[in-house]
Amino acid sequence: MVRYTPGSTPLPHFGRRAMLRAMLAGAGVAAASGVLSACGSGSGGDPNAVTFGNNLSDQVPKDAITAALKAFEGQSGGLSVTINTKQHEQYQEQINNYLQGKPDDVLAWFAGYRMRFFADQGLTGDLTDLWGKIGGNYSDALKQASTASDGKQYFVPFTNYPWGVFYRKSLWQERGYAEPKTLDELVALATKMKSDGLVPIAFAQKQGWPGMGTFDQLNFRINGYQFHVDLLAGKEDWQDKRVKEVFDTWKRLLPFHQENALGRDWQEAAQSLQQKKSGMYLLGSFLGQQFPDAEKDDLDFFPFPEINPEHGTDTVEAPIDGYMMAKKPANSEGALKLLEYLSTAEPQLTYLKSDSSVVATNKDADTSGYNSLQKKAAEVIKNAKHVTQFLDRDTDPGFASEAATNGIIEFIKNPDNVDSVLKGMADQAKNIFK
Amino acid sequence: MTALQEKPQAAVPGGPPPRRRGKRATALAGTDKLVLGLMLGIPAVVHLLFVWIPALGSVALSFSEWNGIGGFEDIEWIGVGNYVEIFTEYPRFWPAVQHNLIWLVFLLVVPTSAGLLLAVLLDRELRFSRVYQSALYLPMVLSLALVGFIWQLIYTPDGGLLNSVLGLDKPVDWIGDSDINLYAVLVAAAWRHTGYIMLLYLAGLKSVDPALKEAAALDGASSAQTFFRVTFPVMKPVNIVVLVVTVIEALRAFDIVYVINKGRNGLELLSVLVTDNIIGEASRIGRGSAVAVVLLTISLGFIITYLYQVFSKENRT
Repeated sequence: MVRYTPGSTPLPHFGRRAMLRAMLAGAGVAAASGVLSACGSGSGGDPNAVTFGNNLSDQVPKDAITAALKAFEGQSGGLSVTINTKQHEQYQEQINNYLQGKPDDVLAWFAGYRMRFFADQGLTGDLTDLWGKIGGNYSDALKQASTASDGKQYFVPFTNYPWGVFYRKSLWQERGYAEPKTLDELVALATKMKSDGLVPIAFAQKQGWPGMGTFDQLNFRINGYQFHVDLLAGKEDWQDKRVKEVFDTWKRLLPFHQENALGRDWQEAAQSLQQKKSGMYLLGSFLGQQFPDAEKDDLDFFPFPEINPEHGTDTVEAPIDGYMMAKKPANSEGALKLLEYLSTAEPQLTYLKSDSSVVATNKDADTSGYNSLQKKAAEVIKNAKHVTQFLDRDTDPGFASEAATNGIIEFIKNPDNVDSVLKGMADQAKNIFK
Repeated sequence: MTALQEKPQAAVPGGPPPRRRGKRATALAGTDKLVLGLMLGIPAVVHLLFVWIPALGSVALSFSEWNGIGGFEDIEWIGVGNYVEIFTEYPRFWPAVQHNLIWLVFLLVVPTSAGLLLAVLLDRELRFSRVYQSALYLPMVLSLALVGFIWQLIYTPDGGLLNSVLGLDKPVDWIGDSDINLYAVLVAAAWRHTGYIMLLYLAGLKSVDPALKEAAALDGASSAQTFFRVTFPVMKPVNIVVLVVTVIEALRAFDIVYVINKGRNGLELLSVLVTDNIIGEASRIGRGSAVAVVLLTISLGFIITYLYQVFSKENRT
C-alpha cells in the first residue's frame, strides 16, 4: 500500500485542478481584462518615448520592423520607440482586452471591417488630421479601406499583398499552358491539366480560412464588388440566388480541386505546387514563403478570370496590414510622428527586405528593388478599381470564424447540400447582424 | 480499510508535523489560533478569489449578452436566452457534447485496458522492463499540443506515414474526413494516456501484498482468477484514481484538436466552443459562458460523486 502513496495523495487535487480549469476557461474573461491590460507596458507619459504594439512575432519580420523603427529613432529628434511584440495569433485573440486596457501608442492591425469594428466603438484614435498630411501617399482605394463608418480615418496602411491564381512559369511553358481569361478557359485548362496527370487546382481547407479566398473571388467576379461588401456587412441574404450561383460555380470547379482538402494545410498545398504536382493555386502571395529562394522567380500569378462581363476583373483582393493609434496614447505627438513616418516609403521598403511576398502601400515607393512577383502584385493592385480585404477581414469576426468557416467546410464535404448550408449561414447572419 | 485514507497519514512526509502542530494548538491557544486561522484563511480566500468567484461570475455572465467591450453597464441581461440558443440553434453544440462523451467512453475503454494489460505484463519483472516502462511512459511528458503535431505528420493525406505504410490507392484523409477524424485523434490521445494509466496500475500492482496472491495460489486459483478476484479488487483505490484522471482528461480535452484544425469539422469539443466564443474580436461572452457552465455542471457531477464516495467511506471508519 505504502508504495502506491505518491499516486494517491494528489487525488483531490486532480478534481480541484480540473474544476479550476473549467471555471477559468469560462470565467477568466471577467478577470482577464484586468490582467491582460498589464501586458502593454505603459510608458507613463515619457515625452521622448513612443510605445509600439507589434504583431510581427516571427524572427525575420520582427527584425525588419525593428530596423525600420530604429531608422525612425535616428531622424525623429530624440524620440525612442519601445517595441512590445506579441505572438501573431495571440495578438488578435487578445485585441479586445488590449485595446480596452493600456494599449501601446501605435499598434498593428488590419484595414477594413476589422478596423471599423473598433473605430466605431471609439476604441482607437482618430487620424483624420494626420491623413490631411499623409493622404497624398496613398491611392483612393487605400483611403477607403482606412475610413470608418463615420467618414473619418483611423488607420495607416503599411503593406499589402494580392490574392490570385499562382503557378510555376517553367511548368506552364513546358506544357504550353496559357493564362485563362474566362471561366470557360479556366475549366478547359483544368481539364487539360487533369488529363496531363496534374492536380489542376491545389486546395487546402484544414485551417478553415483559405477556402474563403475562393469564395471571395467567385463572389465578386460573379456579383461584383458592391455585393461582396453588402453581403458581408449583413445587408444581403445568404439565401439569395446570387450567393447560390457562387456556390454552384464553385461546385463546377470542385472536381478540379485537390482532394482531401479538409485534412491539408495551405503550406502542404503550396508545396504540391512547388513540386509541380499541382498546376495552379488560388491563394495570397504569401504562398511564395513555401518556395526556396532559387525558385521564387519561377512563381507567377494571374487575377482570377472573368466570369460576369459586367464586372470583368475590376476587383482585387489585397488585404492591408497597417497601424492604428491608441485612443488615449501616452505620447500622442510622438505617436502621430511615428505613424506619419510609417506612411512613407522608407520604412515600408525596409520591411519588404524581410518579406518579399508583400508590397509597400505608399504609392510613391520605389519599386525598382522589387522581384518580378512583387512588381506584378503592385501592378495588379494599382490597376484594380476596387480592393477588397478578405472575407474574414470584411465581415463580423464572429460570423467569419463560425458561420462562414463552418459553412464552407460543410459545402466542401457535401457540395450537393448548398441549400442547407446557405440556410444555416443565413440564419446565423440574421442572428449576428440584427 | 481501503488504502485510501491510510495513505495520507502513512506516507506523506508532511504527516507528522500536523500532528505536532495539533498538540501545540491545544497548549498555546492564542497565537497558534491566529496562525492556524491565517493558514486556513489565506488559502480559503485565495480559493474563493480564484476559483469560486470567477466560477460564479461565469454563471452570471451566461445570462447576459456582451461582446467583451465596455464595462458592466454595457452588459445586457437576457435571462436564459443563451441556453435556449445553444440547446436549440447553435449547430456546433450537440456535436461537441457527443464528441466529449465519445472521448470519455473511448478513454475509459481503450487506454485503460491497454494500460492495465501493459502494467500486468511489466509487473512480471521482464528483462529490460524499466526500458519498456520508460518508453511507454514517454508520450506522457509531451503536451497534447505536441502530440497533435506529431500525429499530424502520421495522418496527413499527402505523404503521411500512415497512408504510405498502408499503400492504399486512394489515400485516406484521416484528419479531414469528419467521419473518422475524431477516432484518429482519439488514437493519438490514447497513445499518450495509456502510458499514464500503465504507470498508475503498475504502482498499484507493486503495492498489492504478495501474500494475497500466494494465498490465492494455495487455494488453487488460476492466474486469471487470482487477477480478477484478488488483485483487481484490491486495487480499487487505483481504479478510482484512473477513473477520475480519465474523466478529467476527457472533459478538458482541447489542445490536441485545437492544434489540428481549431476544433472544427468533426472535432468540436465543449472546451473549444468556450474558447471560440470568448476569445478574439466580437466575442460572444454570454454564449461562451453558457457552454462553460454546461461543462462545469458535467465536471461537478463527476467530482461530487467522487467526493461523496471518498468522504462517506471515511465517515464509516
